[in-house]
Amino acid sequence: MSASFNHLWLIPLLPFAGFLINGILGRGLPKWLVTTVALLSPLAAFGLVANAALGFFGVIPAANPLTFTEICPLAWINIPALHVDFSFVLDQLSLVMLLIVTGVGFLIHVYSVGYMGDDEGYARYFSYLNLFLFFMTVLVLAGNALLMFVGWEGVGLASYLLIGFYFNKNSAADAGKKAFIVNRIGDFGFLIAMFLLVANFGTLTFAEIATKLGMDPGWQGGVVTVIALCLMLGAAGKSAQLPLYIWLPDAMEGPTPVSALIHAATMVTAGVYMVARTHVIFDHSPFALSVVAIVGAATAIFAATIALVQNDIKRVLAYSTISQLGYMFLGCGVAAYSAAIFHLMTHAFFKALLFLAAGSVIHSLGGEQDLRKMGGLWKKLPFTFAVTTVGVLAITGIPPFAGFFSKDAILYAAFLQGPNGRVLYYVGLFTALLTSFYMFRLWYLAFWGSSRSEDLHPHESPWSMRVPLVILALLSICGGWVGIDRAVGWINMERFSGFLAPVVGAQAVAGSSEEIELALSSLAVGLALLGWLGAHLLYGEESTFPARMANAFSGGYKLLVNKYFVDEFYGATVVKPLLGFSKYILGWVVDVGILGGVAWLLGGIAMLTGAILQRWQSGNLRSYAAWLAAGAAVVLIFMLASFPIIHHMYILRWGH
Amino acid sequence: MSAFLTQEVPLSWYLLLSAALFSLGVVGFLIKRNLITVFMSIELMLNGVNLSFVTFAHQWHAVKGQIFVFFVMMVAAAEAAVGLAIIIAVFRARATLAVDRIDLMKL
Repeated sequence: MSASFNHLWLIPLLPFAGFLINGILGRGLPKWLVTTVALLSPLAAFGLVANAALGFFGVIPAANPLTFTEICPLAWINIPALHVDFSFVLDQLSLVMLLIVTGVGFLIHVYSVGYMGDDEGYARYFSYLNLFLFFMTVLVLAGNALLMFVGWEGVGLASYLLIGFYFNKNSAADAGKKAFIVNRIGDFGFLIAMFLLVANFGTLTFAEIATKLGMDPGWQGGVVTVIALCLMLGAAGKSAQLPLYIWLPDAMEGPTPVSALIHAATMVTAGVYMVARTHVIFDHSPFALSVVAIVGAATAIFAATIALVQNDIKRVLAYSTISQLGYMFLGCGVAAYSAAIFHLMTHAFFKALLFLAAGSVIHSLGGEQDLRKMGGLWKKLPFTFAVTTVGVLAITGIPPFAGFFSKDAILYAAFLQGPNGRVLYYVGLFTALLTSFYMFRLWYLAFWGSSRSEDLHPHESPWSMRVPLVILALLSICGGWVGIDRAVGWINMERFSGFLAPVVGAQAVAGSSEEIELALSSLAVGLALLGWLGAHLLYGEESTFPARMANAFSGGYKLLVNKYFVDEFYGATVVKPLLGFSKYILGWVVDVGILGGVAWLLGGIAMLTGAILQRWQSGNLRSYAAWLAAGAAVVLIFMLASFPIIHHMYILRWGH
Repeated sequence: MSAFLTQEVPLSWYLLLSAALFSLGVVGFLIKRNLITVFMSIELMLNGVNLSFVTFAHQWHAVKGQIFVFFVMMVAAAEAAVGLAIIIAVFRARATLAVDRIDLMKL
């Protein structure tokens, strides 16, 4: 369209330049310069994205898809079976995602300046953060699955580096490893899906896959289902869905801004983005779609129940993230991709806000994360209290905050899916109740009541941390309004979904009506308020009621506090057998026994032969001479014995 | 003149003498203990070979064999110079010339 779109490649490369500068020279640079480089590169990237966005909005109404593809003139892979380019695609979907990634990313960079100000690894931290933005923008802009996979692996790397940022702490290093290894399982699914795509479609370019699927109605189920399920496995790994969610709570070992950026707002939503990006494949497989929906709904309620009883403020938020990601997959599963992306966006706002606010609390308490030791903070940290309140109201779905619009859009889409979708809808609705309860529990425990710890001296955070909080709070309030298009049916998000429709397809609206919408949203708001009320009764003031509840249902309580023993279950069924197999079968039998045995055998043969032949080398000159003479004698005897032959040859040669 | 004197010595006689000289050299080399005797045995072997060279050169009317003998004699002379020098050095160092006792290089 316009010339402003000719520089898509700059969007990832700017953070990459920041990574290189701070990563290579950072230690020697003065701090203000490190800060400048670290902040300028995402800001410039955001500027480019915003510029592109203005171009997009300038041509609305756009029922026609607006797609800008930029292909590097040099092909990446060019063999008869496969052609892959370095191609970047900017359309409505990647634009929304890019705005979130660079926008929220920049805010969190700013926040980090205050949060990480005293850290020794200041430059290292920012170089990792910039590296993350580089890979994330590559992931979002990628025009084919392979390039997306590069970004996919890259954000996993950045995530690993940042979770293990405090690498001299064992738990942090272990958490980083866990995240990486669990993600490998998902990546395996992604890889298999790509192999199948190449085998069946001969291409990895999203647009071409969509064309080929669209041309032949015979593509239904079968191999398409397998591809979709493999993609879903990849998405479940990256986006912490059942059964691969276990790495995300542990990932909270990283610095809090990292939890906000990578493990709440952007990277973990890459799975949702990938499903939306490849939605054509899912659309051709109803079975895979229902798997996505069920996994999403199950994860949502599963994680929400665990969040009910966690005492670490970041872990509550981590499980809440898993639960919200479950909502997004539920949205994808009922083919309401735009609703899922909508929720992705609002979630990025309010969850980044909540994490950063939690970081502000932790920062002001000198590293304390235990909710049981907080309390009464609203007087001491009024600003943090205010923004947290906004975040809590947004996530619980109280209108007019952002979460209300997006969550109800997903629930509404599920409700319209017939009787099976109805079940998922009720699961989602119940999860909303739980969400409201545990978020207000956090709110009450941290900010209300009286301080439960004497030796904490909270102080409000510096301005560099407050400004991003204010902006995110505003976005958490207003972010949902882009979904409003009519005064009455305001949960109908036609405006947002209309914007995305050219890419992800229009949402099915069969059987929808404003009355149902209003009824459903009233129900959801009612349940959210009910959760608030419950939290207020239990945690509003000091009471022994929660403890007595925990005692009365000690079995269930233990199950929840220990997170359903999933880690222990995986440890016993996967990790232990694998380690045992590696140690005893592979280590002892194969390595020491077979490989080592062969090596020892060969060495032994050589040594034995040497020991025997050594005796030949007596060092006695005359024995050598004797052998020499004997050898000469043998040669002589041989020659004499074969004389007739030699004579014959002589005749042949000389003729007489 | 008897036929005995006019008749040429047969080829085989030279070769047998050559082989005998060579074998004497080999045996001497193998069984003698004195380094000088061993050295002389080597000279004997060389000369046995020289004889066979000359014999064949005469037989085939080829001058190559004669030339080769000069080479061998020259090398033998050089070897004698170096070898005797080594022997004197060894004797000075070890006060013995028995080959069995000059075994520093043995394992």
